[in-house]
Amino acid sequence: MSEPIILRHRHIPDLDRLNVYRQQGGMETFEKVVRTMKPGEVIDEVKKSGLRGRGGAGFPTGMKWGFIPNNLWPHYVVANADESEPGTFKDREIMEKNPYQFLEGLMITSYAVQANTAYIYLRGEFWYLAEKLDACIRQLEQDRLLGENLFGSGYALRIHTHLGAGAYICGEETALLESLEGKLGQPRLKPPFPAVEGLYGRPTVINNVETLANVPSILEHGAAWYRSIGTAGSPGVKVFSLSGHVNRPGNYELPLGVPFRELIFGLGGGIPQGRAIKAFMTAGASSSIVPATEEALDTPMDYESCEQKLGAPLGSASIIVLDETVNMAWLAMKTSHFFKHESCGKCTPCREGTYWMMRILDRLVAGKGKMEDITLLESVANQIKLKTLCPLGDFAVPSVLSGIKHFRRDYEMYCRR
Amino acid sequence: MNELLKKYSEQIHSILAKYPPEHKRSAVMPLLFLAQRESGAVSRQAMSDIAEVLEISETEVASIVGFYTLFHEEDRQPPEGGGIRYRIQICTDLPCALRGSEEFADKLCERLGVKIGEPTADGMFVVEKVMCLAACHRAPVIQLQGNGRIDYYEEQTVEKVMELIASLRRSAAEVQR
Repeated sequence: MSEPIILRHRHIPDLDRLNVYRQQGGMETFEKVVRTMKPGEVIDEVKKSGLRGRGGAGFPTGMKWGFIPNNLWPHYVVANADESEPGTFKDREIMEKNPYQFLEGLMITSYAVQANTAYIYLRGEFWYLAEKLDACIRQLEQDRLLGENLFGSGYALRIHTHLGAGAYICGEETALLESLEGKLGQPRLKPPFPAVEGLYGRPTVINNVETLANVPSILEHGAAWYRSIGTAGSPGVKVFSLSGHVNRPGNYELPLGVPFRELIFGLGGGIPQGRAIKAFMTAGASSSIVPATEEALDTPMDYESCEQKLGAPLGSASIIVLDETVNMAWLAMKTSHFFKHESCGKCTPCREGTYWMMRILDRLVAGKGKMEDITLLESVANQIKLKTLCPLGDFAVPSVLSGIKHFRRDYEMYCRR
Repeated sequence: MNELLKKYSEQIHSILAKYPPEHKRSAVMPLLFLAQRESGAVSRQAMSDIAEVLEISETEVASIVGFYTLFHEEDRQPPEGGGIRYRIQICTDLPCALRGSEEFADKLCERLGVKIGEPTADGMFVVEKVMCLAACHRAPVIQLQGNGRIDYYEEQTVEKVMELIASLRRSAAEVQR
């Protein structure tokens, strides 16, 4: 593996100090962008790079920025640092160890859409990271990299942190905006999309922390360089959060397109206690369960391959490894408790559906279920799927349906005949 | 008189400065964190103070407290003799459960002689199960709340938590003296 692009702090000590970050060439790209590039040129470069959203949806970042209309002002940029998907812990490391790269990405993004105010929305548990970022922001203000009339260009930028308070739903971008406006974190009906009516009803770009941390290198080295990493459809690098039954869990930065096998058995050191791998999840608790066949393990970890070959999204790339001891009905019971707890209650299929799935799964796992419960569970899951306001409902379904499909015996084990 | 505003005037003004003046409602969550700082819980009076500062209704403030899990309404029954009640919150979501966090929670409860959600005899600690804390690779992980902070303790054992509890009890005893 060549030099990391995102997790650079692992090679450079004290990268979370502004003087060290600047010694490494940090903030030069922001200065170059503001001094020499037009906002539209920045957007074009990111479009050409093929960077896709690293938060989960994988939407092309440059295209998202391009949707911001120039006849409605002011514009806002919001960094989504609400990281709450079970199995995901990458943004936390980036903000803790390499905060200035993330901030530089946020600053370049703000310039690209000519936003003068940017917010960082962090989950409440990350209050210590908010304090750290606040200190970083003060440093940047002292160095005149944030504030009024930057580099004599007339461009002004202020960044503020904002803490959530324990709600997975606030990772969904419109729920996040509601929460930032001081309301309950419940998603909005789309359209209108945030690019047109976002924060305070104004055009808003919302990008994940890792997505933003990719931006400085793209503007420094160019789109062609970025495209030389990863695959044609999924250029660049990704931070993979590896958890579950694996010897060396943690974050690993890899070019997109490396096979699962290399992550799980190479870097991750394989399965503890000599057990066999049974399955894995690709995108945290919200993804389907993929049986660990040879073909599945050889699948490249990029957006298209995961979708096409495994029917599972790469999403936030949070790989949860499941060994032979895991019963998939038990697993679905765990995920159903999570999604039931985190459902915001706004729309009926999700609010009621997650509750009933949890009830059925609790009953099954307690040994009080019947065979008919499996069919009932499938039916409830299918009544949630694609019928909810936001993706949370859809996220609650795959672990249930894929488990029944591939590991029906695990469910039958629990049933009374 | 608005007690909260009087007490934290400077902090409240710098929080309000983050948001456009016509959208000061955005400050509701930061103000609730501020109000919760000392006792780990929000009082009715504080909710009313916040409502007044932000020019929204008390019900709207209370709805925010109810919706978000990190806000706590003031306990009806505080620990005997007053003081702080700490919440030892264990993540038992899927990735942590795969790494033994449920057994860890059971053993910790057994050692403390309590059930999940039931305070210890001195009223100072409650063990709770919570959802993902973004620390899956360092399970078992606990989050400690109670003194207005939220602190992570990663790669925990029952012994380590018992030491933490002992040290919190010692400092509480010193404060009382």
